[in-house]
Amino acid sequence: MSGMVEKRGLSYWMIHAGMILGVLLIFFPIWLAFVASTVSQADIVKPPMPLWPGDQFFENYRRALFSGVNAPVAVMLLNSAVMAIGIAVGKIIISLLSAFAIVYFRFPCRQLVFWLIFLTLMLPVEVRIVPTYEVVARFGMLNSYSGLIFPLIASATATFLFRQFFMTIPDELAEAARVDGSRPMRFFVDILLPMSRTNIAALFVILFIYGWNQYLWPLLITTDPQMNTIVMGIKQMFPSGDDFADWPVIMATSLLAMIPPVFVVILMQKLFVRGLMESEK
Amino acid sequence: MATITLDNVHKKFGDTEVIHGVSIEIAEGEFIVIVGPSGCGKSTLLRMVAGLETVTAGEVRIAGARVNETEPMDRDIAMVFQNYALYPHMSVFDNMAYGLKIARVPQPEIRDRVAAAAEMLQLEAFLNRKPRELSGGQRQRVAMGRAIVRKPKAFLFDEPLSNLDAKLRVQMRLEIKDLQKELGITSLYVTHDQVEAMTLADRMIVMNEGVAEQVGRPLDVYSNPGTEFVAGFIGSPATNFLSAEAVGESGRGAAKLGIRPEHARLCKPESGFVRGRMTYAEALGAETLLHLRLPDGALFTLRQDGGGSIPHEGDDCGIIWEERNQLLFLPDGGRL
Repeated sequence: MSGMVEKRGLSYWMIHAGMILGVLLIFFPIWLAFVASTVSQADIVKPPMPLWPGDQFFENYRRALFSGVNAPVAVMLLNSAVMAIGIAVGKIIISLLSAFAIVYFRFPCRQLVFWLIFLTLMLPVEVRIVPTYEVVARFGMLNSYSGLIFPLIASATATFLFRQFFMTIPDELAEAARVDGSRPMRFFVDILLPMSRTNIAALFVILFIYGWNQYLWPLLITTDPQMNTIVMGIKQMFPSGDDFADWPVIMATSLLAMIPPVFVVILMQKLFVRGLMESEK
Repeated sequence: MATITLDNVHKKFGDTEVIHGVSIEIAEGEFIVIVGPSGCGKSTLLRMVAGLETVTAGEVRIAGARVNETEPMDRDIAMVFQNYALYPHMSVFDNMAYGLKIARVPQPEIRDRVAAAAEMLQLEAFLNRKPRELSGGQRQRVAMGRAIVRKPKAFLFDEPLSNLDAKLRVQMRLEIKDLQKELGITSLYVTHDQVEAMTLADRMIVMNEGVAEQVGRPLDVYSNPGTEFVAGFIGSPATNFLSAEAVGESGRGAAKLGIRPEHARLCKPESGFVRGRMTYAEALGAETLLHLRLPDGALFTLRQDGGGSIPHEGDDCGIIWEERNQLLFLPDGGRL
């Protein structure tokens, strides 16, 4: 640490100035969006575009949250949250269990099963979207949370990650648990799960954002505005043809849509780092 | 406490047989050490007793009851692993209590038993720590504690000291011996270290390539090895082997003659059974190891007291021993 302090010369300040400049550059569009969400429609369309916040902040956000363009943003945020959490939690549970099965049990065609799961990595949602839609429609899951969540829950990536992690756990640990009298599910809950919590936290962040940013799938299966998710909702606010665009409300919605993922990242980062430090020898 | 019986136990992995029929009766409270080079099947044998490997043929009995098909947890044994296998996310207390919790032992009794084991192992100060905050020796003790609190019928040790440094190994060796005596629990201990085997065992099993070459009390095995392998494996520095022909002992069909380093003495070149050229000497203080090059190129190790005179490098010496100390072996490795 002391070495770092002593290096405070000109280069130290130059590097910082450079980094601050970079941050400002990246932050600028978000700032513009914020400014746009606090002024009136008339201010936006009149050049030059304002660079400092106006006085319409509360008005615009109130309109976005409670009336929106097609559906109130509050409803869409809730839908997105349910979908993203459902996908993240579901994916984690299923991949933990399937990785557990693949690593710790000898059953016929174990390798084949693993490769089948692995193969689905190569099939993104978009490729299988038509048959998936067909299945979901026949189950009557259009316009429902289950329709939003279930088709996206299977995850080869997460299964693969947990498999790799489980394989680094020494066999003796499983054997010690066996000698201690722990049956397989008990071992899973008492030993594997707590040991995986860092990986679970990291995956939750990634999968939550994956779920939150889903666009195509919710667009296809939700026709009822009350079931819209926020990401598709923003897109639907854009005017088609000569329609009039309510830019301040759209910008307010965009900023609101950013808050939950940012919140999850910050919250989980703490857990994540703590987990990392704890598992350090 | 219980007897353990292995009755002609075999183990096959696929088509390769790694244990070719081992039989032994272990008495109650006896400390048995299985010793052998790596890959001789000693760990596999232990794991079959533990129930972590299936038995291909033969029978394993604990307290007289056949346990071949019994799960490890139902055999009422406790095992100490080479890398300790402590649960990294649990405190020392929870590590020791885990088996009892699963067995639904009431909370107060768990606390008492863990406390008693912790006192015995001087772990009281560390009960709330995680395994990673402990030194190697302390982790080893926790692993022992986990075995003790269960009050099992038998302890199984799988090379428990091989991850410790030399000094700690000696200390833990004594502690294990003490503890086993105090608790009187039948123990099966696997090691590749013959010093551990000699010092710990009531009886030891010397294994080689899936066969129990000799079973017996350590000193009996040392002074009266049953096969060439046992003579070469037990004892450090190792027994010297000479071709029986070279020393004129081939008469009764012996192929090789073994002589332990401490049984050989130096003498004048012309009066020795064999000649050797002094190559180098290792003076260890209390004793000196002399390495001599024999005419056929092999090295001969000779051990003498630290005070004795050491020949110069390159000197020709004679090597002599008392005939009652020589070990004669048949061409198939058996003892004559």
